[in-house]
Amino acid sequence: MTLAVKESEELYLKSFRELEKSRASGAPGWFAKLRNLGMEAFADLGFPTTRLEDWKYTNLAPLTGVNFQPAQYDFSDKLAEQIASLPFVSFETTRLVFVNGHYCRELSSLAGLAESVKVTNLSEALRTGGSSLEAHLARYADFKSHAFVALNTAFMEDGGVIEIPKGAVLEKPLHLMFISTGGAEPWVAYPRNLVLAGRESQAAVIETYASLDGNVYFNNSVTEIVAEEGARVDYVKVQAESEAAFHVATVLAYAARNAGIQTNSLQFGARLGREELSTVLDGEGAESFLYGLYVTNGQQLLDNHSAIDHTRPHCSSREFYKGILDGKSTGVFNGKILVRKDAQKTDSKQSDKNLLLSESAAINTKPQLEIFADDVKCTHGATVGQIDPEAIFYLRSRGIGWEDARNLLIVAFANEIIDRIKFLPLREQLKKTLAAKMAGGTR
Amino acid sequence: MLLEIKNLHANVGNNEILKGVDLAVGLGEVHAIMGPNGSGKSTMAQVLAGRDVYTVTEGEVLYGGRDLLDMSPEERAREGIFLAFQYPVEIPGVSNTYFLRAALNAVRKQRGEEELDAMDFLALIREKMKLLEMDETLLNRPVNEGFSGGEKKRNEIFQMAVLEPKLAIMDETDSGLDIDALRIVAQGVNSLRSEKRSIIVVTHYQRLLNYIIPDFVHVLSNGRIVKSGGKELALELEERGYGWLDETVPAGEKA
Ligand SMILES: Nc1ncnc2c1ncn2[C@@H]1O[C@H](COP(=O)(O)OP(=O)(O)O)[C@@H](O)[C@H]1O
Ligand SMILES: [Mg+2]
Repeated sequence: MTLAVKESEELYLKSFRELEKSRASGAPGWFAKLRNLGMEAFADLGFPTTRLEDWKYTNLAPLTGVNFQPAQYDFSDKLAEQIASLPFVSFETTRLVFVNGHYCRELSSLAGLAESVKVTNLSEALRTGGSSLEAHLARYADFKSHAFVALNTAFMEDGGVIEIPKGAVLEKPLHLMFISTGGAEPWVAYPRNLVLAGRESQAAVIETYASLDGNVYFNNSVTEIVAEEGARVDYVKVQAESEAAFHVATVLAYAARNAGIQTNSLQFGARLGREELSTVLDGEGAESFLYGLYVTNGQQLLDNHSAIDHTRPHCSSREFYKGILDGKSTGVFNGKILVRKDAQKTDSKQSDKNLLLSESAAINTKPQLEIFADDVKCTHGATVGQIDPEAIFYLRSRGIGWEDARNLLIVAFANEIIDRIKFLPLREQLKKTLAAKMAGGTR
Repeated sequence: MLLEIKNLHANVGNNEILKGVDLAVGLGEVHAIMGPNGSGKSTMAQVLAGRDVYTVTEGEVLYGGRDLLDMSPEERAREGIFLAFQYPVEIPGVSNTYFLRAALNAVRKQRGEEELDAMDFLALIREKMKLLEMDETLLNRPVNEGFSGGEKKRNEIFQMAVLEPKLAIMDETDSGLDIDALRIVAQGVNSLRSEKRSIIVVTHYQRLLNYIIPDFVHVLSNGRIVKSGGKELALELEERGYGWLDETVPAGEKA
């Protein structure tokens, strides 16, 4: 049975009311209030429709048509074994593991983490009551105007909370790992992450999504990242969900004066995947680097929305995205660059390059520049092309077979983005993920 | 005969470019193909390598007695055919070393040899680089990307030295080379001359032929070989140009 949008929205409201009853006492007042505000906002907004410019190419009917249940899971040794076999698990990082949105203590490991760095899961952080949580949570990702942020805010329960004190330098990346599995009914989870990088601190955070089986589920995540003055944050997000899944993610990165943020976003999985990544450069001298790769085949729809908000002078942003599209899939790239009146001397470059591997695949790419300052340097460009037949012939004329030649060129195209990732083991793994996806062909 | 081209006709779209080429190349021989711009030299070279923008409409090509036109470009390469491109292609994101190793291993596999491991491969590469006085930094750069015209040409001959083909076809390798580079490249090619290897040198000028002395010289004009001779023919062409050949169009062509 598929639901009409209104029915679907009603079910989320109903689910929220039921949840409210069961969790009446536990959470602190401010948090309960936040969730209520989230629900109110969602009730107001409803699901976005393709009539909205930002959702023009992404029809949510397949998602709103499903009756998702709150996600459950039981820990078992078998599950642990299955998870151990997933890519991304073997990295030498500290990590928080979540299964179907719930924190999994058994698989998480914070060994070797400096005392001063606080890493915990959200439900635990709420219990122990740190002050910065209240001061920062939901202050960056705007739930009043974004339906999926509103939904996440209404239902949020768990996720990673990372607080890096002033001047601290993390040796190893922190890995937030979201694993999805099983469930008789389609389920929904609302991962909610907060990364606070104190003044002059340095940290690398990796957020990955992977699944153990091909089930239908929905991850609606929100990650807020704050880089205080002079901080350096290196953030990688990998979306390798099951190809029957739905993934809607909002990432908001806030950079203060002289702070630097690099994001690498990689979307491989999901039937319908949407990522909205916004950076706000809110202090002089802040800089951001945004790299993205989306690889689609079959009937997939992967949507990449990014926004860079230049509010102060002398900030720079670099954004490079690439798409590889096969089968009957669709890709969307929308990159908005907003340069506000005060943001003189802004230096911004954006590009989106796409490789179409099939005639039935489509890409909708749209740069969107809104410039209100007069002394700025902004360039952007988008390209859509096929594999270069001359290059293929050149490789074949050296003895390399057609398929290998083609793969070589695709991989080379993708590597330009993958090689921007600083953590080498992740780079290597992503190259394997890409190869596996290409071997899967045009399903 | 290693290569026998018989009455080869080839089109681009509806446009006939090769209009009945005949050529036979024996093992160990060096043949020069000369001719004015646009006469079809590159077309012939590309057809031999298997480029599919050209359709062969008539004629046949035998390579070691086998039907060459029936083979894919990669099969031809693995069987020992190598084309040094007039315009080598840039391949961003693929390092020269990675590319060359993949190519060499494909060729070696066909010859029944083992794949080379990274160490042995590097040793081989170093030796060949010395031969062509190539800068080692080119190895880690993407194939031909940002190479100067001369570097690209040198890279072609370097690949040829590594792959050790049975039949090498060099398309205008001299263009874009200054005199020093020309000498180095020619030395490289000469060192590859052997009785087990045949070479077809396609060139517009006879300059290169001062260094790579051919056994035979052919003139391709308007899609046909109109004259063949020994190495002295190149000198004659240098002196007299190509104009006088118009009078020597094969008998059948005269209306
Ligand atoms: N890919 C192509 N598409 C269209 N025309 C071509 C193509 N390749 C060659 N030609 C035409 O065929 C003729 C011969 O070209 P080419 O073989 O490059 O000559 P040469 O190498 O002797 O200078 C020219 O008129 C050229 O324009
Ligand atoms: Mg030519």
